[in-house]
Amino acid sequence: MITDNRRTFSKLLVIAVAMFGFGFALVPFYKKICEVTGINDLQKADVVENTQVDTSRTLVLELDANTRNELPWKFRAMESSVRIHPGQLVQVMFEVRNDSDAAVTGQAIPSYGPQLAGQYFRKLDCFCFSTQELKAREVRKMPVVFVIHPDLPKDVNTVTLSYTFFRVEGTRTGAVPTAVRPPV
Amino acid sequence: MEAVHGHDHAHDHDHHHPTGITRWLTTTNHKDIGTMYLWFSFAMFISGGLLALGIRAELFQPGLQLWRPEFFNQLTTMHGLMMVFGAIMPAFVGFANWQIPLMIGASDMAFARMNNFSFWLLPPAALLLIASFFVPGGATGAGWTLYAPLSIQQGMGMDLAIFAVHIMGASSIMGSINIITTILNMRAPGMTLMKMPLFVWTWLITAYLLIAVMPVLAGAVTMLLTDRHFGTNFFNAAGGGDPVLYQHVFWFFGHPEVYIMILPAFGIVSQIIPAFARKPLFGYSSMVYATASIAILSFIVWAHHMFVTGMPAAGQLFFMYATMLIAVPTGVKVFNWVATMWKGSMTFETPMLFSVGFLFVFTMGGFTGLILAVTPVDIQLQDTYYVVAHFHYVLVAGSLFALFAGTYFWLPKWTGNMYSETLGKLHFWCSMIFFNITFFVMHFLGLAGMPRRIPDYSQQFADFNMIASIGAFGFGLSQLIFLVAVVKCIRGGEKAPANPWEGADTLEWTHLPSPAPYHSFETPPVVK
Repeated sequence: MITDNRRTFSKLLVIAVAMFGFGFALVPFYKKICEVTGINDLQKADVVENTQVDTSRTLVLELDANTRNELPWKFRAMESSVRIHPGQLVQVMFEVRNDSDAAVTGQAIPSYGPQLAGQYFRKLDCFCFSTQELKAREVRKMPVVFVIHPDLPKDVNTVTLSYTFFRVEGTRTGAVPTAVRPPV
Repeated sequence: MEAVHGHDHAHDHDHHHPTGITRWLTTTNHKDIGTMYLWFSFAMFISGGLLALGIRAELFQPGLQLWRPEFFNQLTTMHGLMMVFGAIMPAFVGFANWQIPLMIGASDMAFARMNNFSFWLLPPAALLLIASFFVPGGATGAGWTLYAPLSIQQGMGMDLAIFAVHIMGASSIMGSINIITTILNMRAPGMTLMKMPLFVWTWLITAYLLIAVMPVLAGAVTMLLTDRHFGTNFFNAAGGGDPVLYQHVFWFFGHPEVYIMILPAFGIVSQIIPAFARKPLFGYSSMVYATASIAILSFIVWAHHMFVTGMPAAGQLFFMYATMLIAVPTGVKVFNWVATMWKGSMTFETPMLFSVGFLFVFTMGGFTGLILAVTPVDIQLQDTYYVVAHFHYVLVAGSLFALFAGTYFWLPKWTGNMYSETLGKLHFWCSMIFFNITFFVMHFLGLAGMPRRIPDYSQQFADFNMIASIGAFGFGLSQLIFLVAVVKCIRGGEKAPANPWEGADTLEWTHLPSPAPYHSFETPPVVK
């Protein structure tokens, strides 16, 4: 019975260890699923089919720029808002300035308001498709080129395109208690 | 360490085992270890309950009276962690330790020394959780699910919680390996798998679930730890990670975990209802298959916790239908329990009261679960008090009431004394009434839109919150009756016969005296 027990023990231990590995295997698996199904492909250019410009509708596109993780950058949109038509090829410019005396790498993450507008953005080019490395005191102007698909629901008249730059590299630390805990 | 027991208990039952604290530190006896698990979980139940009373005290009135908001979040988080990992899970392991060897006619658990180790890992983990309140920044306030990115940003209380989860996970895995090995290899001659009592069956399946998902949780919190301190970016959007990934990994563990906490409860109730209806369990084999189906389905429903994360409609539909499918085997079980009672000659001693109470109230929790499974409804009710009401109906009225039922049922076998039926009934009625006062109104709060995990609320929620808080304090105090009933029963009382329950027919009742001797079934019984 003792040897039986040992054998059962080893088998069960193998399952436990394998499941620990499986937890980590979920990471590439998740990325692959998002890639294959096209969910969450924030960093890839869209294929834009030729669409009619719907000149009967005018949208107000508001641009918003933020930085996070104590990134020593000034980041702004060149215009705060533009008026566009659905289906029209639009280019807007953002400017980022590195205020520190060291090279810093950042990654911009887009978000949209209203959230459902996101799926109607077709981006041909965006500075958010790759990380941006700015040398000390460098200033850079960066474009976003996109079309808003004419299928955008009729009740949406104002769309906000927002980017937040995050610091990349091992310079970030996990615990930032002073930042997240407001003094009460 | 003068008291090293051999692996084979058959030869050392004459010599004196150590007394005092050494007995408990070094014991490899499944009954001692079961007792320690049960007392440990009761201590955690009281601690977690005090935190809950802290929550309800703050919510007694709108506005901020007692706690700062971040401490309130620590209360909700630690209440969840302590109750799930400290109270409910170890309590069921305690039952497994006491009952499985007795019910299958084994002399002890398969790995007696590892059994001791799995228990003694728990107190340090509990101390880590409690100590985390006193470190700079306090305990983690990220919610018991420890969602990224919040959990990546918290102070060192979060690290202590991660270590505690690691340790408790290791303990659970060792415990489960022990339970599976015992059940598979050490059954008495003649006890085939399909003759095992249902409590043993449910624990066998639960133990497999634990082995499959506790390591995944360990992986998830390890990723949190490396994201926090070692520069990885699993869940950090800026570094190419994804916070939603954490939710997927967590709920891949988290949903089977829900069944880990309820399947042994099903097992306990399936022992008690036939005993007090004086009829064999209706549909034994369908009960076994239903348990297995629930366990298998639990692996493909995790994303119903995440309907608002922006999942494609196909995903929402899949997880909605898969979730609803679980109602089928669960319905089979409820039907079987009712059919067992049908035309039985029932009596309502405390274990039966708790079991029938379980049946009523757990089923309500099951129905609200079905409502929450409907994606559009869930999107509306996500993170409201409706969800809080739902999972307290299944975890308190489900798991906890079954634990109470089981305790009263087996106390005569464990202690050799009958518990006080008066105290037991008082405990049941107080618990049942105050439970519903506390949690029933939370459905209304949730439907009206009150969000969970917030220390303040709008005026229109005031009345229901006041009712819930009064109920919570009543429920908390009622548990002192339980403590008194158990202590009185241990100290003395009417001597229990070998089988005080007319309809109970498992081995511990038919083959062993009350109290069960320290070493039982050294020669295995033969099961016909």
